[in-house]
Amino acid sequence: MNAARLYIRYIGISIRSQMQYRASFVMLSISSFFATAIDVVGIWALFERFGTLRGWRLAEVGLFFGLVNVAMAIGDAFGRGFDQFYRKVRDGGFDRLLLRPRSTALQVAAQELTLFRIGKLTQGLIVLFWAAGVLNVTWTAGTILLALFAIFGGATLFYGLWVLQATLCFWTVESLEIMNAFTYGGAETAEFPLSIYRPWFRRFFTFVVPLACVSYFPALAILGKEDSALGSSRGFQQAAPGIGVVFMLISLQVWKIGVRHYRSTGS
Amino acid sequence: MIRPYLAVFSARFRLLLQYRAAAAAGMACQFFWGLIRMMIFQAFYENAVGSEPISLNQTVSYVWLSQGFIMLLPFRVDGEIAGKITSGNVAYELLRPTNLYNLWFAREMANRITPVLLRATPMFILATLAGWLRWPGPGNLAAVAISLLAAVLLSSSISLLMTISMFWTTSGRGITLIISPLMFLLSGMVIPIPLFPDFLQPVFRALPFIGLIDLPIRLFVGHLSVSSAVGVLVYQLLWTAVLILAGKLLLQRGLRRLVVQGG
Repeated sequence: MNAARLYIRYIGISIRSQMQYRASFVMLSISSFFATAIDVVGIWALFERFGTLRGWRLAEVGLFFGLVNVAMAIGDAFGRGFDQFYRKVRDGGFDRLLLRPRSTALQVAAQELTLFRIGKLTQGLIVLFWAAGVLNVTWTAGTILLALFAIFGGATLFYGLWVLQATLCFWTVESLEIMNAFTYGGAETAEFPLSIYRPWFRRFFTFVVPLACVSYFPALAILGKEDSALGSSRGFQQAAPGIGVVFMLISLQVWKIGVRHYRSTGS
Repeated sequence: MIRPYLAVFSARFRLLLQYRAAAAAGMACQFFWGLIRMMIFQAFYENAVGSEPISLNQTVSYVWLSQGFIMLLPFRVDGEIAGKITSGNVAYELLRPTNLYNLWFAREMANRITPVLLRATPMFILATLAGWLRWPGPGNLAAVAISLLAAVLLSSSISLLMTISMFWTTSGRGITLIISPLMFLLSGMVIPIPLFPDFLQPVFRALPFIGLIDLPIRLFVGHLSVSSAVGVLVYQLLWTAVLILAGKLLLQRGLRRLVVQGG
């Protein structure tokens, strides 16, 4: 069986097992919907109070918000195996994966496809479609493709972050919450235009955790806005989401280094 | 007859103090989060016209205080108590010569106080040194201390109510799952309550959640004066009393229909 078919088989099993607990799935989906919906209410209230944000309007921020949350919902749904990987290190379950004649990354990746992220996905899509309708954007094949590219790049970037968090487990399982700063904190950051933050902070989310490349830059190109704050070129803005894919590929290489450092707990 | 409850409280308190590494990681994350939020509010306030219901300095302090007090929110039920209810081991608890609700309440208080102390202390030191967190005078500070204690009571009564609901829905993190995100919004964690449109303010005032985070913080940043502290306290304690009463009644009914499987 080749890797792709094995992956699909695993994911099928994961989906069926989640569907055994239908009530739980519904509750978790609603909760996941609300978790981002409350941010929308907060952002709406701030615009209601202050009118604009450094010249940006609510619908424009809605575009950022929609892109990043749809991407994150997808990245989270697929990356759950890596997110929960610390359990496998803690209880020694990773030993069993090492015994099998398949790559460890494939096996961990195939552990789960989290269906309840559909709540967050729906929420993000609602905001995205609302913003797309309200904004003065002519939706051509080009801009639609760029939006899809941004979502794809964002999903792979978040996936890469989960892989890095799992890799951290080879050294410590105690302080993983620190990664939330980059995943959830990063999403929070990317919900607003990058230009409102301080320079060091912008650089961090452009060059270290390149979230700006999958939200701020492509969104500027979609909106047809000039980047007055950072001066990026249109060509760069359109290509930027590819950096999310590169980030994931690098993360998977780091994972391989981590696996070599693995010491079983022996339990 | 308060000694057994004090014992439960202090045992739980000392146990939770052991989780310092987790608290440090959580604190670092919260600190980063605070930075993001602070920059967002500063950018919004560039458009301020001066008639805002809360000033930028107050809002910045509000952000750091809410990050420090986040663990006051009852967004998780006590896993051990929940486990006892689903497994039926709650029967052992009934054998003890203590009041079940009060015993759990003492536990919940420790569940709230310990993580808040672990996270808030270093965070407030950092935020104060950076000049982001401005401290009030002694009068307000005393009022804040008292209303924080009331917030602990209120929070414990809410979380016990969610726990007790598990007598009916044993799969039941369900209610907690739905309420927790809403609680974030309604308590002031997402944005300071005064910044919401004026027509929404009555909604917040009609619910108990501003008593958890928002009201103590507003006393801290001086948005509410010392003279309104009594009103705040009455509000928090009335809600606590109502929720404790509801919790006790529900617990009684839950225990009446409780069937523990032998074996």
